[in-house]
Formats: sequence, structure tokens, C-alpha cells
Amino acid sequence: METNELLPHLFRTEYRKIVSVLVKTFGLSQMEMAEDIASDTFLTAAELWGLKGLPLNPVAWLYNVAKNKTKNNLQRHQLFDGKISTEIKNNAAEKFELEIDLSPQNINDSQLQMMFAICHPSISVESQIGLSLRILCGFGIDEIADAFLTNKETINKRLFRAKEKLRDEKISINIPDAMEIDQRLETVLTTIYLLFSEGYYSANQNKMIRKELCLEAMRLCYMLIENKITNTPEANALLSLMCFHASRFDARINESGEPIFYNEQDATLWDADLIKKGEYFLNCAATGNVVSKFHVEAAIAYWHTHQNDTKEKWENILQLYNKLLQIEYSPIAALNRTYVLSKANTLLEAIAEAEKLNLTNNHFYFILLGELYKTVDKEKAKKHLQSALALSKLVTEKQNIQQKMDII
Amino acid sequence: MSEFLMLFRSDVSLERPSPEQMQAMMKQWQDWMGGIAAQNKLASAGNRLTAEQAKIVKPGGVITNGPFVELKEAVGGYIVVKCDSAEEAAELAKGCPILHIGGSVEVRLVIPM
Repeated sequence: METNELLPHLFRTEYRKIVSVLVKTFGLSQMEMAEDIASDTFLTAAELWGLKGLPLNPVAWLYNVAKNKTKNNLQRHQLFDGKISTEIKNNAAEKFELEIDLSPQNINDSQLQMMFAICHPSISVESQIGLSLRILCGFGIDEIADAFLTNKETINKRLFRAKEKLRDEKISINIPDAMEIDQRLETVLTTIYLLFSEGYYSANQNKMIRKELCLEAMRLCYMLIENKITNTPEANALLSLMCFHASRFDARINESGEPIFYNEQDATLWDADLIKKGEYFLNCAATGNVVSKFHVEAAIAYWHTHQNDTKEKWENILQLYNKLLQIEYSPIAALNRTYVLSKANTLLEAIAEAEKLNLTNNHFYFILLGELYKTVDKEKAKKHLQSALALSKLVTEKQNIQQKMDII
Repeated sequence: MSEFLMLFRSDVSLERPSPEQMQAMMKQWQDWMGGIAAQNKLASAGNRLTAEQAKIVKPGGVITNGPFVELKEAVGGYIVVKCDSAEEAAELAKGCPILHIGGSVEVRLVIPM
């Protein structure tokens, strides 16, 4: 890994661990302090590593610095308190024995508990996702603002209020009990899937970083599965889904970071190992009697790992999309379903259904219409692709659409 | 945007479909409902109702087994859609597979509470 990519990478993976362990040790009320210490640690790293080069073990170095910064911070506060409070005047800082446990076990436990604390129902879903992106995924405020299509100020305010709320409500940092685990877990799973999607679909052209985001999401999900209480069918379904998607990671983006469509992908680049893992977790998900959207999406992704264009494959995918849309509508699912309709049923039926979707501010809608019409009515196909071109904002996407138009 | 109930009625005196016909009908139903959901117009996938174990309760503690002796048509299920008008809901209903087997769809506005 390049040196200039190492720090952002470590920030993504280690920031949340340091924050989680500190919050676990000192309580949710000290979240600001934990974040400050973690940020400070990375700032020191950026300064020192740039001057002196990388330490032998960067992660251990970070943990050590974070520990020292915590101790210094506490001593400072104790000294300060000592000055104003005569009672604890003699309570010298040296007496204070502090052990910050950065063992793998405690890191894992703390992160899991942190996930649930952040996804607490006392704060809005938007705040939950914002805090998760900030604390669990190490996103910058501007990145979160981008994800929510808003500005930094709004996000800062939102996160500040959310932390205040968690503090005021005296939320404890632990795993919720059996009564509320399902509901609480759903938010956690949704957040993990958002993180995965951020890496999988983002406009960021750096393949390394995008892949890292996906792997982080999978790691968070795996942490849930490793714990007896959170090892639910839904969590397994989500991990399965992410394994199937990730198996195509190298096949779906070319050297220059442009997307390659499913039917144009080199299937030999699909990761057979991840497909196997996906199948394994899909089997693990097949217990209980709830079919979540993650189950349906995992099943759709499973059928996509079958390379051959069989009637059976497309019919199965169509029925799964029918089911998915009945559980939860999304424009992308509606568009995908309509494309699959052309494969499983007939092209004309797909066109008729596509005309009803009315997603006229979505460029993928016009790409779909262009695709469906291209053998039936070339003029219409071109007109739709033109509309797609006008709506598309990304350069690589525009090039893709232009190529499609040129072929017709 | 209002909600409309779609009530499916069919002729219960007709012969029962074969398993193959039922399989084909299931696909038609799922494709139709999937199409409504794809337009973001499905409010509830509703329920299917069976004629078995039907009871009619009348005043005076009279309970009879189902309404099917005197009626040819029976309600077989319902869904709820969200549309701007009853006309739009009726347009959606045109694709309902129940029409292929001689049944009918009744569209009713749900009164908002």
C-alpha cells in the first residue's frame, strides 16, 4: 500500500476501535473526549510519520499514542480538578492507575456495543446513520454531508444534538436485551449495508479505497455473526448478500475506474471464494420464519453468480424482485425488475411496464428505456438515451451512454 | 394520494384449476402485484381468503357454514393500492389475473381516518 493511502486506510479501520474502547471505558458522556483523542492520535501520526517515516507496526504505534494521550488528558483534568477542589487535592495523578484495554477481544466487544449505542431509538434514523458513518466508519464531516446531500453545518449540528441526546438519556453502552434486539439490529444492519454501498457504488475512482469500505462493512457484519445474540438470520443474509456482490468487485470496474455492466463482465474475474462464502451464509440465513429484504436481495445476488442465461435463472430473479418490491419499494429495484421482465417474459411486456414507471428524473430510467427499445425502435431508443445523457452528472457515465448511442 | 381497496371476486362454482394452472396463475399474480409495487402504488399486499371454514353469523345466534350455497361469486382476497383517483386504480385492476378466469375486481376508496 502506498504511504499516502495508508493513513486514510488506518483512519477508516482504527479510528472507530480507539473511540469505541475509550467510550466503553469512560461512558457515552465522554464521546467528545474519545473522538478528540482519536483524532489527535492521527494528527500526531500524520506529523511524525511524514518526518520520520513509518513505524514498524503502525497500528500498535497508534494504540500506544492513544493510550498515552488518554492518560495525559485524564491527568490534566485531575490536576485541574485538584486545584479547585480541596478535597481531592492530594489525590496525586501518579496514584491513578489506568488500564486501557486494547486487546482484540475488548476491541471487538466495544465496537459491537458502540454500534448498538449509536443506533439507539432515542435519536433519529438520520442521526444514527450519521453517527455510524462518523464513528464506526471514520467518515469526514464533508463526506457525510455529501452522502446526505446537505452541508457540513447541518451535519455538525445533527451529530452534536445526537450526542447530546445520548448523553442526556444516559444510554448505557451494551448489547440490547432479547426484547428489543430485532428492532435495534435492523438499524445496525441498514447502516452496515449503506457503508457497503458507499464503497460499491460510489463515484470515487480509487478502487483500493472503495474495496476497503466494502470489506469494512463485511467485517462489521461478521462481528455481529460472531456474537451469539446478534447472529440472526437477517445478519447472515446481509453478509451473504455482500459476499455475492463483492465477488464481482474486480470484474465490475475497469483499469480506469469505470463501471463494467453485468452482462459485459469477464466472469473468470469473479471471486469463487467469496461466492462460496456467500452461499454458506445464505444457508445460515435460511432459519426462522422471517423473510427480510436482505434475504431476498441475497437470493437475487445468488442467481447473478450463475453465468448462464437460463429461463430458470431469470424467472427466479423476476419473482424475487416482485417480492422485494412488495417488501420495500425503491426506484433501483423497480428498474431492475423491469429489465428482468424482458428476460423472463417478453420484451414488449417489459416496455409496457417500463412506460408506467414514470421515473423521469432518474437517468437510469432512460438508460433502461434506451436498452429495451434498441431492437424495437431505434429512434425512440436514441431519444431516451439523449434524455439520460442530459440527466447524468458523471463524466464516465456520460461516456458510457454516448457509447450506447453510437452502437445504435 | 388516496388508498383504494381491491376486492377480488371469482366464480366458486367453476372447476378447480390443476396444479400446473395454479402454478401459472401464481406467476401471473406475482407479476401483476410486482408491477404495481414497481410503480410504488402498492400500499398493502393484503391477503388471500379461502372458502374453507367460512362462517356466516346472523342475528339470533344463527351460524351457517359459508355463503356459498346461495352465492355464485365469493371474495377470494384483497390488496390495497395508493392512487390519485379511482380511475387510476381501475386502470391498475385491468391487469388482474382474476379477470382471466371470469372473476371481477371491485375498487373502493378507503375513507381516511
